[in-house]
Amino acid sequence: MVEVKTAEELNKKFLREGMWPTIFCNGCGHGVVLEYTFWALEELGWDMDKTMFASGIGCSSRLPGYINADGLHTTHGRAIAFATGIKAADPDFNVIVFTGDGDCAGIGGNHFIHAARRNIDMTVIMINNFIYGMTGGQLAPTAPLGSIATTAPYGNIEHPFDICELAKALGANYVARWPVSHPYQPIKSIKEGLQKKGFSLLEFLAPCPTAYGRRNKLGDIKKHWAWYDDNTILIEDYDKIMKYGSVKEKEEVKDKMQIGVFQDIQKPGFFELYDQLMERLKVEENKKREGKK
Amino acid sequence: MKYKRDPKRIRQVLGKKVQFILGDMACVYGGLLAGCSFFGGYPITPASEVAEGMARRLPRVGGTYIQMEDEIGSIAAVIGAAWGGAKSMTATSGPGFSLMMENYGFAAMTETPCVIVNVQRTGPSTGQPTLGAQGDMMQARWGTHGDFEAIAFAPSTVQECMDFTIEAFNLSEKYRNPALVMTDGEVGHLRERIIIPEEKDLKLIDRVEATIDKKKFIPFTNSQTRKNCKVPDFPTFGTGYRTYVTGLTHNEKGFPATDKQPDHERLVKRITEKIIDDADKLVSVEKFNLDDAEIAFVTYGASARPTESAMEMGRKNGIKVGMLRLKIVWPVPEKEVHKLAKQVDKIIVPEMNLGQMVHPIREAANGNCEVICAPKIGGEIHYPDEVYKYLEAK
Ligand SMILES: Cc1ncc(C[n+]2csc(CCOP(=O)(O)OP(=O)(O)O)c2C)c(N)n1
Ligand code: SF4
Ligand SMILES: [Mg+2]
Repeated sequence: MVEVKTAEELNKKFLREGMWPTIFCNGCGHGVVLEYTFWALEELGWDMDKTMFASGIGCSSRLPGYINADGLHTTHGRAIAFATGIKAADPDFNVIVFTGDGDCAGIGGNHFIHAARRNIDMTVIMINNFIYGMTGGQLAPTAPLGSIATTAPYGNIEHPFDICELAKALGANYVARWPVSHPYQPIKSIKEGLQKKGFSLLEFLAPCPTAYGRRNKLGDIKKHWAWYDDNTILIEDYDKIMKYGSVKEKEEVKDKMQIGVFQDIQKPGFFELYDQLMERLKVEENKKREGKK
Repeated sequence: MKYKRDPKRIRQVLGKKVQFILGDMACVYGGLLAGCSFFGGYPITPASEVAEGMARRLPRVGGTYIQMEDEIGSIAAVIGAAWGGAKSMTATSGPGFSLMMENYGFAAMTETPCVIVNVQRTGPSTGQPTLGAQGDMMQARWGTHGDFEAIAFAPSTVQECMDFTIEAFNLSEKYRNPALVMTDGEVGHLRERIIIPEEKDLKLIDRVEATIDKKKFIPFTNSQTRKNCKVPDFPTFGTGYRTYVTGLTHNEKGFPATDKQPDHERLVKRITEKIIDDADKLVSVEKFNLDDAEIAFVTYGASARPTESAMEMGRKNGIKVGMLRLKIVWPVPEKEVHKLAKQVDKIIVPEMNLGQMVHPIREAANGNCEVICAPKIGGEIHYPDEVYKYLEAK
């Protein structure tokens, strides 16, 4: 299936002509997530005429602009609701949403919750950079305790939102979190999420050196990426340590962000159930008509 | 699978040709007849019956009903569905209409055809949930930020709820602009006889879809297939045009051009002019006794009903009074009103608010006659004698 071999070939195939250069700062993680998504799409070999993207507002939400496919760049927080309509118009479409932590977990939280609950057939790729990047570094709902933002100048005192926990609780079919610092697992995971019927969420931990890294003294981009390695732990390892580890080991990992696939189930998606509903109505009506004859 | 309008099926689901139904339900019928295949809704009095009617019927005609999490989501899904190729609508009332304002502007900016029914109730805020008003007339025109044009109908009867919903779809498709049915709790909850038009008498307009060579297609410019048409052809998602649609100021290709004054001016002028240029074609009024009138009522929606009675009382008493009823309220029929203002001494505008449409009407009259408001608020329609009083006032 894989036709392209190099990143250059990949970009030539998937990038929208005429939109270069991007708005992204040096070291921004959004481009990396886009690249991983392209690899996943390439491996899947999907028809890009039938694959479409929606996004809200934010740096991360600019991604559909760079993809050679239909893209709906909507209003802040509302992409998932727009995407629900796109999918309803033709459930054969592949619908992918790019969103940010502010867009998805902040202003758009309610749309996220209900699309996950309805198990709407779409893949949401939320890029969590712990900050409102586009608007210059205001506090995000995912910001770690103590982190600095322009609107939390003395350190954040709000507990951060774990969007994967939320999606899991809502029964989303596929839920995973990865840092951008490793390519292979994320690409495989995006592929799994995309292929999933029903709702899938992929959260990416990605750097915003401009608005978050600088203010929170995460250092250059190499150090920034190392931060993810030092502060995340695979869910399988975490569970093992919590079950069998020593007190010291437990203490070491207890505040790390868990990464990996948190949920992978097969609940019927919304549109499968809607089809069944329409079918049932047809049968009932035919029966009624027969009865009248 | 994509929806395909099936007239026979729609008529089976709607039932008898002549029915006695609610105004809200007539909006459902109008939507289904027009080929609406997606409804995103959120319950709110006095508009819930529209959502309920759609929830019952859409799955039976092959369309999709989704009760969204709020009105912001409803209008968002409606716009998304439109890009996916559906004719789509939602219905709400004041509080929900307020929530929709940001995406209403998004629909205008991205030239998305869609229909919003607003069964108006009194405000501000939660107001009188079950009672009618016409308090959102200006919000319909100016409620979202920035420059845009509104297209809005105001039904006075249940039959018009159906007819105008069909017409709203037609104009939204034709101009690629959101179109509104600004009804109210009075007409929405009124039960009257309606006649469902035969298929052959239905005039439906569908958006002109992009068909030209994909390499030559320019998504946000004058139509490339119709002469002198400022409405671009519609590149339905999934048809291979791979269009980028953004609410940011965009150039003709659809690419963001946020720091470019000429791009913004070109875009916003085109999306407003496509409607303003056709303003004369968009006039839809009903005239009563205007030939020799010295006083004229200019009114719309539910208010036209008691006003018609007041006019008849006036005529019986020898007052030369007539009435101009606006069926399309936005754009305001400026020339009609201007002509009328030159003829009469006074224009009286009865409406269920403290004075909204009276302002553009006064502007259209342009000082040629006195223009006064005959307001009524509190969730009640005017009594005819309340309107009549304005005829005798000096
Ligand atoms: C209704 C509304 N409120 C506020 C804004 C301003 N705004 C634009 S982007 C943004 C934050 C985006 O943050 P996030 O989603 O995390 O994206 P990032 O830029 O970090 O990728 C805000 C608050 C807006 N565009 N619309
Ligand atoms: S501000 Fe942050 S999120 Fe936005 S482009 Fe720059 S690095 Fe990326
Ligand atoms: Mg962010």
